[in-house]
Amino acid sequence: MAAALVALCLAGCAESAPSTLDTAGTGARRVEGLWWFMFWISVVAVLEVFLLLGWALWKRRREARVRAGDATPFVGVLGAGLPFIVLVAVYGVGLRDLNALIRPPAGPQLSIEVIGHRWWWEVRYADTAGAITANEIHIPVNQTIRIRLTTADVQHSFWVPQLMPKTDLIAGHVNETWLHAERIGTFRALCAEYCGLQHANMSLVVTVQPAEEFRIWLRDLAAPPARDLTDQQRRGQAVFEAGACGACHTVRGTTATGTIGPDLTTIGSRWSLGAGAAPNDKGHLGGWIVNPQSLKPGNQMPPQPVPAGDLPDLLSYLEILR
Amino acid sequence: MTTTSAQADTRAVAVARLEEEWQEQRSLRSWFATVDHKRIGRRYLITAGAFFGLAGIDALLLRTQLARAGGDVLSPDQYNQLFTMHGTAMIFLFATPMLFGFGNALVPLMLGARDMAFPRLNAFGYWVFLFAGLVMFSSQLLGVAPDGGWFAYVPLTDLPYSPGRNLDVYTLGLIFLGVSTTAGAINFIVTAIKLRAPGMSLNRVPLFVWAIVATSFMVIFALPALNAANALLFLDRRFGTHFYQPEAGGNTLLWQHLFWIFGHPDVYIIVLPALGIVSAILPAFCRRGVAAYPLVVLATITTAIISFGVWAHHMFATGLPSLSLSFFSAASVLITIPSGIQVFAWVATMLFGRVVVRVPLLFVVGFIVTFVMGGVTGVMFGITAFDMQITDSYFVVAHFHYVLFGGAVFPIIGGIYYWLPVLTGKVASEVLGRWAFGLVFGGFHLTFFPMHLSGLLGMPRRVYTYPSGLGWDVWNLLSTIGSYILAAGLLLVVLSVVLAVARGPRAAPDPWDGDTLEWAAATPPRPYNFASIPQVFGLHPAWDSRTLSRLASDEVLPGHQAMLTSELDARPQRLVSMPEKSLRPLLAALALLVVVLGLLGAVYWLAIAGVVATIVVVVGWLWPPQLTEAGAEAP
Amino acid sequence: MTGRLFTESTAPEALAAEPAPRSIGWWGMVGFVTTEAALFAVLLGTFFYLRFQHGEPWPPREIERTELTVPLIMTAVLLPSSLPVVWAERGIRRGQPWRLRLGLTATIVMGLTFLSLQVMEYRTKLREFTLTTDVFGSLFYAITGFHRLHVAVGVLILSWVLAASLRGSFSSHKHERVSLAAIYWHFVDLVWVGILFTVYLSQHL
Repeated sequence: MAAALVALCLAGCAESAPSTLDTAGTGARRVEGLWWFMFWISVVAVLEVFLLLGWALWKRRREARVRAGDATPFVGVLGAGLPFIVLVAVYGVGLRDLNALIRPPAGPQLSIEVIGHRWWWEVRYADTAGAITANEIHIPVNQTIRIRLTTADVQHSFWVPQLMPKTDLIAGHVNETWLHAERIGTFRALCAEYCGLQHANMSLVVTVQPAEEFRIWLRDLAAPPARDLTDQQRRGQAVFEAGACGACHTVRGTTATGTIGPDLTTIGSRWSLGAGAAPNDKGHLGGWIVNPQSLKPGNQMPPQPVPAGDLPDLLSYLEILR
Repeated sequence: MTTTSAQADTRAVAVARLEEEWQEQRSLRSWFATVDHKRIGRRYLITAGAFFGLAGIDALLLRTQLARAGGDVLSPDQYNQLFTMHGTAMIFLFATPMLFGFGNALVPLMLGARDMAFPRLNAFGYWVFLFAGLVMFSSQLLGVAPDGGWFAYVPLTDLPYSPGRNLDVYTLGLIFLGVSTTAGAINFIVTAIKLRAPGMSLNRVPLFVWAIVATSFMVIFALPALNAANALLFLDRRFGTHFYQPEAGGNTLLWQHLFWIFGHPDVYIIVLPALGIVSAILPAFCRRGVAAYPLVVLATITTAIISFGVWAHHMFATGLPSLSLSFFSAASVLITIPSGIQVFAWVATMLFGRVVVRVPLLFVVGFIVTFVMGGVTGVMFGITAFDMQITDSYFVVAHFHYVLFGGAVFPIIGGIYYWLPVLTGKVASEVLGRWAFGLVFGGFHLTFFPMHLSGLLGMPRRVYTYPSGLGWDVWNLLSTIGSYILAAGLLLVVLSVVLAVARGPRAAPDPWDGDTLEWAAATPPRPYNFASIPQVFGLHPAWDSRTLSRLASDEVLPGHQAMLTSELDARPQRLVSMPEKSLRPLLAALALLVVVLGLLGAVYWLAIAGVVATIVVVVGWLWPPQLTEAGAEAP
Repeated sequence: MTGRLFTESTAPEALAAEPAPRSIGWWGMVGFVTTEAALFAVLLGTFFYLRFQHGEPWPPREIERTELTVPLIMTAVLLPSSLPVVWAERGIRRGQPWRLRLGLTATIVMGLTFLSLQVMEYRTKLREFTLTTDVFGSLFYAITGFHRLHVAVGVLILSWVLAASLRGSFSSHKHERVSLAAIYWHFVDLVWVGILFTVYLSQHL
């Protein structure tokens, strides 16, 4: 009964959840199959014990006899023999799946570098100079993406539940993982290793696109096309370049080339602010710039003294950085 | 063997003299200086219970914060300190000390001995535990509680990411506590080797004692890894060493290896004694001994040994070589087998026996249900591919609460109800106990079952908040409601115990008709436990008329003496004099506390003074050796 | 066994027929030494783990390459120091307190020599690298320093036993503390062998 409930729930309420049972990637799909295999075996095992227990409790009313036997065969078979066979089978299936996880599917590959920071993700496309972004990854569908994982500070963990099991980012060490998405969509990813104060707000989104769409996106990321700016937006750009923003952030096409903080070249289209700390709309963005600590206390960005009159211009400029 | 009335009179005189010799006045000095294992065991239970309550309040706060998305009951910093303290306190300040408390109170009784092998070391262990716990919890009051998670991974917990005193409280507090745990372990092993009643050969040792001894061996080998890890971290933080710093040639994974080489055996250090409690409770309520005793003993020992070979399953996602992955996965899956043997042994005991339902048995049944569910998810985590997907999510939080709460807390509560007559001479109300069981069982499952679901839906652990709209909200709300029900049930347990002790009826002698020697002593036992040293002829001495009749008529062992027997087959060897009460254990613990506080506050002259004081107290403690009437050496 | 269990079983004739039983003190000291040995095993394992994770060059700096003369002399002083202890213990078992006192004195002197040699060794090495220089420095001083602490404690214990024997506390029947102190001292010796091979010799192999 509980099992049916579980099955029902997971199928139904997985709407927008980064669910390991609503998979869209080769790696995660493998594990999803493994899960159901182990789940049903577990249900049988648990029911076996419950039934024996229930019987022992129930029969106490009927039988007042105590059997003094040693019960070694019973215990040996049910407690060791049978479980051993089942466990060997489960281990074998698991080993097969582990090997599938270690070797990515064959075919042409794209390389991405992901660098963990407290508390944001730096994403670099290794083969395309200047293609750098933060807290978002775009990948083409049906292609293997190799990801090189390093951290700039403490341990983090890169987890896209619907695409691939997690791999940790270990200080002083380079880890590698891969993604192979099988359908279009957006999939939430998150940090899965406690990394301090704002570990809860270190998410990112993986957007899987058709190959051509991805190519265009990547090209525009590396070299943003020239934009027609309104007056307000031009004023906003001036505020941006005059302020301290460029010391930490990069927006390709401007004088801002700082690398301490996330790349902001596509800030206008980013799915959230602060890697999941706040929604990306004008109000929140204004609040973030003026005092990031109010939205994500403890993060590395100090409050920015932007004059109230300049703020709307700045926001209208940042909005078009897509 | 009949006793004449003359013999009975001499015996009565001898017993009266024994009563006088062992009587402890109710004075403050006696309270601080006692070395009676029963009093010390009770103290462990009460103190550990208090820490359980504090850590439980931490948990209620956490659940309140997580009841809804974007909760603002707690700040991120408060949340991080609370979840760290919840885990650290539950594991280090509640679980093992509580179980060692049971061990302290019961092992000498079950073995037919007068006290532990080293009574003063026993007292010392308690005081160190109390002080270590106070240091760690007072850090919570002062807002500098450890906040790196209970397993405190570097580099997060190293400089520069944890600059405050929080992690120094963690490293020093745990090293300090480790002294107590190690002392307790050595004490249990030596007691079980040398102080068994004559005739209690290895194949007649109660399963609870086997469990405690196996656990103690694990402590001896596992705790050094934790102590080393913490010492190296303290050196890195305080004295600028580079063990964990890759920039200077160190390695951050070293911490994880060292920690888990301790950490995985630690979870069995917690679970094995609790499984021993289950084996102790069942015979009385199934009217027969635990089935397949040799298999259960073998399973206990095998679990203890294999537990040292599975630690890397906590590190499957860190990028270990694939050969390591397959090896540790195989070992992790194999360790299920000895646990399975024990579970089916208990089920067989119930099937082959005649079940009598009382509160202790209810908690045993609750334990079996919960532990088995936790066990199957544990097997899942042993399979590397699945672990890599689901570790560090709420699914693992669900798993370990099932095996730790199910595997340890249920037996502990069952043990409290079962042994309340031995500990206090009272019996708790059956009605209140059943209500408590219902609330605890229902509350537990409502709290932790939904976590399997939120974990599968991608919710990571150790997050102070979560966004709505990801499908996690309803499960979190259910968990929070469950946690309040669970808390109510646990409060009811406490209430029923307090009421029983304060106003309950005196327990009849041996109210459950138990099979081991603690029930052959008085209920509660006299300070000297047994007037005559018991003689054991089988696995169930309290059901054995040979043992019982000899207990009533054998000559009384006078004075503060205990009998040493041979290691394997428990032949009587010689008598030793047991130490009487002393303040030195407390003084030694205080001296160590000074060392710890000195190091914590970087007041090094104080730390050195503490070291000197410790040496002085220990020298006084071990000086001079005392002679007994029989010319034997005092321990 | 009749109802006079303990009197009969602990009577001198009964006891004389048995081999000398191990006392609880003996088991306690063995337990303590085992857990300390596990601690050193963990530290030496840590050394090897860090060494192999670090890779070449090892040690990281040329001046950290350990010279072997002084450590080998230290070994020649410490390892044989177990012999006087054994001789002393046998002596008191035969009721010869003078052997006990002489043997203990010899061991204490050798232990103190070891410690002094180590001070000399540290003095030269500290000019080149310290605890905080790099991971090798941290390992070297932490491991040898921790062992040094154990040697110092051992010397203290032996001195205390020597003082007790000078007060006439020991006899052929009563010398358990000598045996316990001896177990501790042998342990300290054995650990040094492990450290010698790990910290000093392994890089030359």
